[in-house]
Amino acid sequence: MSRKLNYREAMREAMHEALTNDPRVFLMGEDVGMYGGTYAFSKGFLDEFGPERIRDTPLSELGFVGAGIGAALGGMRPIVEVMTVNFSLLALDQIVNSAATFRHMSGGQFSVPLVIRMTTGAGRQLAAQHSHSLEGWYAHIPGIKVLAPATIEDARGMLAPALADPDPVVIFEHAALFNMEGGLPDDWNVDISSAKVRRAGKDVAIITHGGSLPKALAAAEQLAAAGIDAEVLDLRVLRPLDTATIAASVAKCHRAVVVDEGWRTGSLAAEVMARIMENAFFELDAPVARVCSEEVPIPYARHMEEAALPQADKIVAAVKGFFA
Amino acid sequence: MTDHHAAAPPAGPVPWDKAFALKLLADMVRIRRMEEKSAEMYGAGKIRGFLHLYIGEEATAVGALHALSPEDNIVATYREHGHALVRGMGMGAIMAEMYGKREGCAHGRGGSMHLFDKATRLFGGNAIVGGGLPLAVGLGLAGKMQNEKRITACFFGDGAVAEGAFHESMNLAALWKLPVLFCCENNLFGMGTSIERAESQTDLCVKAASYNMPALKVDGMDIVAVHEVTKQAAQRVRAGEGPLFVEYQTYRFRAHSMFDAELYRQKAEVEEWKTRGPIHTFSARLKAGGKLTEEEFLAIDAAANAEVEAAVAFAEAGTWEPIEDLLKDVHTS
Ligand SMILES: Cc1ncc(C[n+]2csc(CCOP(=O)(O)OP(=O)(O)O)c2C)c(N)n1
Ligand SMILES: [Mg+2]
Repeated sequence: MSRKLNYREAMREAMHEALTNDPRVFLMGEDVGMYGGTYAFSKGFLDEFGPERIRDTPLSELGFVGAGIGAALGGMRPIVEVMTVNFSLLALDQIVNSAATFRHMSGGQFSVPLVIRMTTGAGRQLAAQHSHSLEGWYAHIPGIKVLAPATIEDARGMLAPALADPDPVVIFEHAALFNMEGGLPDDWNVDISSAKVRRAGKDVAIITHGGSLPKALAAAEQLAAAGIDAEVLDLRVLRPLDTATIAASVAKCHRAVVVDEGWRTGSLAAEVMARIMENAFFELDAPVARVCSEEVPIPYARHMEEAALPQADKIVAAVKGFFA
Repeated sequence: MTDHHAAAPPAGPVPWDKAFALKLLADMVRIRRMEEKSAEMYGAGKIRGFLHLYIGEEATAVGALHALSPEDNIVATYREHGHALVRGMGMGAIMAEMYGKREGCAHGRGGSMHLFDKATRLFGGNAIVGGGLPLAVGLGLAGKMQNEKRITACFFGDGAVAEGAFHESMNLAALWKLPVLFCCENNLFGMGTSIERAESQTDLCVKAASYNMPALKVDGMDIVAVHEVTKQAAQRVRAGEGPLFVEYQTYRFRAHSMFDAELYRQKAEVEEWKTRGPIHTFSARLKAGGKLTEEEFLAIDAAANAEVEAAVAFAEAGTWEPIEDLLKDVHTS
């Protein structure tokens, strides 16, 4: 059995459950309370849980993310929401220099059980200060775990294990997914350690995450019509990467294309390709390909924004390149 | 929810000659009509992304910008259509930018939140709250180091005051006595968060004073007060006294952006503030002083509407930047 809901509702349910089950959990961020959440993820929460636990903050990303770290050190289980990954840059110091380092730097004495959630990605014509995909940067940092829920099940299920994790977890929610509908099986079961095959295939592995997953699945359908059986692998967990599952897909398909909304240079895609070289080089029939964002700040105009991003047709073209 | 009661509407004689008064009135009307049309075009799907209207706050940009010189630098926020227009950017270029057309001020790359104009020294609409403040400090520093007469006016909202960038910028500007005019448009809300839910000290002038910076508070709905105070402030900054902070107390009549259910304020509060609307109160004062007739007002309005229609036609007739240009201007060459 399953029921229908959208990504936003799934995430809302997950937060509702966490707030209900654990008095240490609280939600903090800009406009999470009275406004109802920038993207309405927490609508109604203020009335239900009160202003102590649904805590509107001033515009002070460095301050309230740092306060989340402190509250986690002090015994709470904060969920800190940052409106958009671009604004998280104002808090980067606290995330990178404090949250990620404390456990190691204190010789294992202090863990930071904090969850930071933020919107990432383009596709809504919000231009270059609201559209970037910087999860690859975060995936560079030892000491934090980085998640990218791209399905209804993951939107519903990743928060609880993230909160249970003793270390900081950063969750990237791609804005293009918020209204995506899907079925949630009654027996859903979600971990925060593995990559998952979303479509099994044998001719090529399309390896992706986040907002690019629906594009990869659409590309796979188009390829099927052309007689190419593509496997789609959803990374889900960007740090630590599930190298074994990536290598298994490559070993099965012998060709791989990595799809990443980050820019090509220094991208997460580059890291995935490097791991394929290290772990599955002799399985390959062709050099690994990638489809990334063009190296340009994301433009406002729709046609230019679309041209800057990975799209299903670009993925199809990259795959067809293997068979030309 | 706190009530933010509105004081009595601005009143009293207008101490300006008729031509100047009508020029400023016309600018407020131009912004109003342009933005009403933008909202309409947003509904029609012609303008996308985020659109933040300045409706209700026009007296601040118009009064303040007319107190500055063409050589001065302007730094603004994502709520900057009015600033761009008053500064001298063509309405067509603004509208085309919002449409995402090549004929826009940034060829459609920036959209509503990122209007830039080198000719009028408008260093952008910045959509990172507080993002413009350090830039203004640097522009001020450059001006001072090169012995220029220009000053830098930096517009930002009450919400930005909570950001670390505000603290750091105010301190640096005061410490180095830089020619920066900090223009805080206090409309009592940062998105859905009212100022008393965001600031431990809601008197923003007290904050400025803590940096050893002079601060002036002015009714941002009263264009006469806005203009006179800004003129005086700009003179002091230009004379080398160092930076100055002006708090314009204003109110936004529309939602924060086009995605806002306005759950955080009462309709009655908005209606109460509309009685202080900058256009009708200024018009009434001009009429009472014999400086404006109804016919003249209608002519100003008709001219603004005609300009808006022409801007829309310009944007409609505009072209899309070719996709081959996508990577152009990421670097200089
Ligand atoms: C660093 C950063 N954080 C959050 C946002 C989202 N945001 C955009 S406008 C805004 C409210 C800002 O309020 P204020 O400075 O008072 O300006 P106003 O919109 O009232 O003109 C918020 C929270 C942002 N753009 N940048
Ligand atoms: Mg404000």
